[in-house]
Amino acid sequence: MNETRAPVVQFLDVALRLADGRPIVSGISFDVRPGEILVLLGRSGSGKTTTLKLINRLLLPSEGKVTVEGRSTVEWDPTKLRRRIGYVIQDIGLFPHFTVARNVAVVPTLEGWDERRKRERVRELLDLVALDPASFADRYPSQLSGGQKQRVGVARALAADPPLLLLDEPFGALDPLTRLELQRELKALQARLHKTLVFVTHDVREGLFLASRIALFREGALAFLGSPHEFLRSENPEARAFVKALKDTDTTANE
Amino acid sequence: MNLIDFLLRNRAEFITLTLQHLFLVGVSTGIALVVGVPLGILLTRRPRFSPSVLGLANIFQTIPSLALFGFLIPLPFIGGVGARTAIVALVLYALLPIIRNTYAGIQGIDPAVREAGRGMGMTDRQLLLMVEIPLAFGVILAGIRVATVIGVGVATIAAAIGAGGLGVFIFRGVAMVNNTLILAGAVPAALIALVADFLLGRLERHFAPARGQLAEVRAV
Ligand SMILES: Nc1ncnc2c1ncn2[C@@H]1O[C@H](COP(=O)(O)OP(=O)(O)OP(=O)(O)O)[C@@H](O)[C@H]1O
Ligand SMILES: [Mg+2]
Repeated sequence: MNETRAPVVQFLDVALRLADGRPIVSGISFDVRPGEILVLLGRSGSGKTTTLKLINRLLLPSEGKVTVEGRSTVEWDPTKLRRRIGYVIQDIGLFPHFTVARNVAVVPTLEGWDERRKRERVRELLDLVALDPASFADRYPSQLSGGQKQRVGVARALAADPPLLLLDEPFGALDPLTRLELQRELKALQARLHKTLVFVTHDVREGLFLASRIALFREGALAFLGSPHEFLRSENPEARAFVKALKDTDTTANE
Repeated sequence: MNLIDFLLRNRAEFITLTLQHLFLVGVSTGIALVVGVPLGILLTRRPRFSPSVLGLANIFQTIPSLALFGFLIPLPFIGGVGARTAIVALVLYALLPIIRNTYAGIQGIDPAVREAGRGMGMTDRQLLLMVEIPLAFGVILAGIRVATVIGVGVATIAAAIGAGGLGVFIFRGVAMVNNTLILAGAVPAALIALVADFLLGRLERHFAPARGQLAEVRAV
């Protein structure tokens, strides 16, 4: 139904090469449609993080073109572009000298929101990621567990209500129960607010649960792109390997 | 003759020399700060220049202080006999620890933190003022502390080129083979160094590690 609307992000035969010419990713072409959750799936080192960074201009393509809202990232002012895109980085990267509340409010601060509005927003977001504001707002990152830090990272990316969100393995450090809760919450949020999400994971189960479409990466190239339904039935060897791994863990657990 | 007696009896000269000493160290460390911190920040933006700049600063530091004072005397504008030459030499000594610590302090910040900042749309200036300088502040202060302590010591030699300071007592004592005189210069200089070290050290602990890492968790 969304196919007719212009893509939010578009990759046109994109390659990123190291100085010596070796490609990290190459021949990448895909669209991110408005309001969808595109899951980037792939083994470690397959180029998922690199692809995300090409979207918010932390990297510029060596070949081809990446466009956001119809404009090439080369032409975007990097600061303007990034303020429109929420970004949860794989290593979280909370500011250690800021409290949780100040960390969450970074982009609103950059955007010049007043204190009251920031405080309300912080409370709202901490509730959303299931951290009690009363007990967490004034803590420093060093006083949080790994999973709590990740949740603050997600809250921070959502703070200024960006239309596009890039999430790089945001739930990696969470226990399965909290993880499922946050996956549900994220999916509901996306449906409610019509956000566009690009979500990186190497967990097939998570990918299948969240995705409108899955983009499967293998050694810096796009091996498969399609719906979860198509993914489960794909003849692509890498896709089959992932599906098989999923089934194997299920069988082992049932024995 | 007892050291305290001597200082009391010559307290006018003692106070003058102490003030001269503090002036030499204060002005030179101040200049080194104004030059060194921005230079250190600049190096983090252009890291390929860091080996040559740090190398040069390092060379100044290895020149024996008396020789450096001597080299500077014949130079136009910055040379000559007196406080100006001494300050130039002291600045050259103070630069290395300040540049190096500014550079290392910023380079040492978790790359994920900087990437998060840039990824959220901070400009280079915002990243510097909101993230990098606050996080590197303790390390930069440590550099200032080292520079100050070195400066207090080296400034005693400034007396050799007529810049005054507590070195005047020391050189006079050496010439007259008078230990009390030597101590009258050396002990106060050492005390100044200790006090500066203590005060700047306290300031440093206040800022580093970054707040919150001093968590209320106590190991048993
Ligand atoms: N700056 C760099 N210089 C050289 N190689 C790099 C650089 N950045 C990434 N790579 C390489 O590019 C490949 C893709 O990296 P990328 O971070 O995109 O992987 P990923 O799919 O996100 O992996 P993971 O699931 O482990 O996070 C890896 O082999 C990595 O070693
Ligand atoms: Mg990655």
